[in-house]
Amino acid sequence: MTHTIFRVHVDPDKCQGHNRCYSVSPDLFELDDLGMSSEAGTGLVPAGLVSLARLAVANCPEHAISLTEVKS
Amino acid sequence: MTDRHPPVQDFATDFDHTDGAWVADPYPIWDDLRQRCPVAHSDRYGGAWLPVTHDLVSEVAYDTEHFTSRSVVVSERRPGPEDLPAPIGVAPPISSDPPFHGVVRRMLLPAFTPKPIAALEPFTRDLCRELLATTDGRASFDAALEYAQHIPVRVIVRFLGFPQEDADQFRGFIRLVLEEVDRPPEEREERFAAVDAYMDAQIEDHLARPRDDLTSFLLEAEIGGQKLPVEHVRGTMALLMVAGIDTTWSAIGASLWHLAQHPEDRRRLAAEPDLMGTALEELLRAYAPVTMARLVATDFDFHGHPFKEGDWLLLPFPAANRDPAAFENPGQVQLDRATNRHAAFGLGRHRCLGSNLARMELRVALEEWLARYPDFELSDPAAVTWSAGQVRGPRRLPVTILGRGA
Repeated sequence: MTHTIFRVHVDPDKCQGHNRCYSVSPDLFELDDLGMSSEAGTGLVPAGLVSLARLAVANCPEHAISLTEVKS
Repeated sequence: MTDRHPPVQDFATDFDHTDGAWVADPYPIWDDLRQRCPVAHSDRYGGAWLPVTHDLVSEVAYDTEHFTSRSVVVSERRPGPEDLPAPIGVAPPISSDPPFHGVVRRMLLPAFTPKPIAALEPFTRDLCRELLATTDGRASFDAALEYAQHIPVRVIVRFLGFPQEDADQFRGFIRLVLEEVDRPPEEREERFAAVDAYMDAQIEDHLARPRDDLTSFLLEAEIGGQKLPVEHVRGTMALLMVAGIDTTWSAIGASLWHLAQHPEDRRRLAAEPDLMGTALEELLRAYAPVTMARLVATDFDFHGHPFKEGDWLLLPFPAANRDPAAFENPGQVQLDRATNRHAAFGLGRHRCLGSNLARMELRVALEEWLARYPDFELSDPAAVTWSAGQVRGPRRLPVTILGRGA
């Protein structure tokens, strides 16, 4: 059985450190010393966290987060 | 409303954010302007503009070429060259433009990330409980004056490492900066000098005995291998007090004002503690306290409007948060709103530095309040008063505690 795999990405040029994504899911995002966010690890979203990844996208005031299909 | 300003007849051509109608309920005014303008103008304050859609507010927030942050509080008096010892500005980094802005902001950011803010949570929680304990056994009291108002001032005083007993002095200082702008200049000078003297004493004390607080952090910080000039440290301390106190007081008060009138929301929050995450953001969206301002930096055409260098521009993030083009049913508070890109903390490079601190305080203040008083209502809706100016929140909020055995 195949299922869609997603990758989440934070655009460092757009992130202003609101930390909305980090409060939605500290598993999917990590913060640097300045509080700027980036995807944790490779950005591949574990199957159980896809809805949180979508929530993070929908709550970033700077539209800095993207969620893309990798391959199913 | 100040006596000097006649009542506004038409907000599209003569708006004034200190007008009684705006102070009492600005949302219908913005809704109307969004249909009609959506950039309003006023000759008051020597010329000012007001965009009210989310798109236009964002556009201005991201545009540091045509707009400057040299002054972010609209008043009758524009800053002159003598006001801004370049490149610092009166209250860096809020009053700074790029590239200096970025340098100063990067220096401050580490102190405001979730981790150091979390360290202030136990203090904040104890403080909220202590304040609530003083209301014990009373059927009614003022939630703004006896609860919300004390939380941010005492947290900031703790953060800066000043003595807790000085907290009341700072409330006077903030009133002076934000509200008592009509006082004679000599009186203001004198009182500002007293504040500077207080800060200098704190700086000396911290230089002699460095400790783990924001004042020592600022004194140890370096830009380009140089310690910060004392005026810079003082300016930033003042900014943190002014920006961190009235704003958060307003957010806590407005949230309690909402909950007092919506028993179903109170019950949901009490029954579903996990809802607090989205609820907090929704209350911040719907009742965002802060309207910022910019000065137009250069003559240019803004969507057909002739913007002139030195014109004020009010940047109403609370109006952006109520734009139906950006939010479904923006006038409705939905505690579980899933898509919520609200701009309560601004957008772009001037995003509120203290947003993590404000969120922590608001969350803890509501959690502790609801744990003690799950059921309450406004004692008299007509007795609620709201602040005038660019920070909106209840200043009188009499509540009656329900469900208490007679």
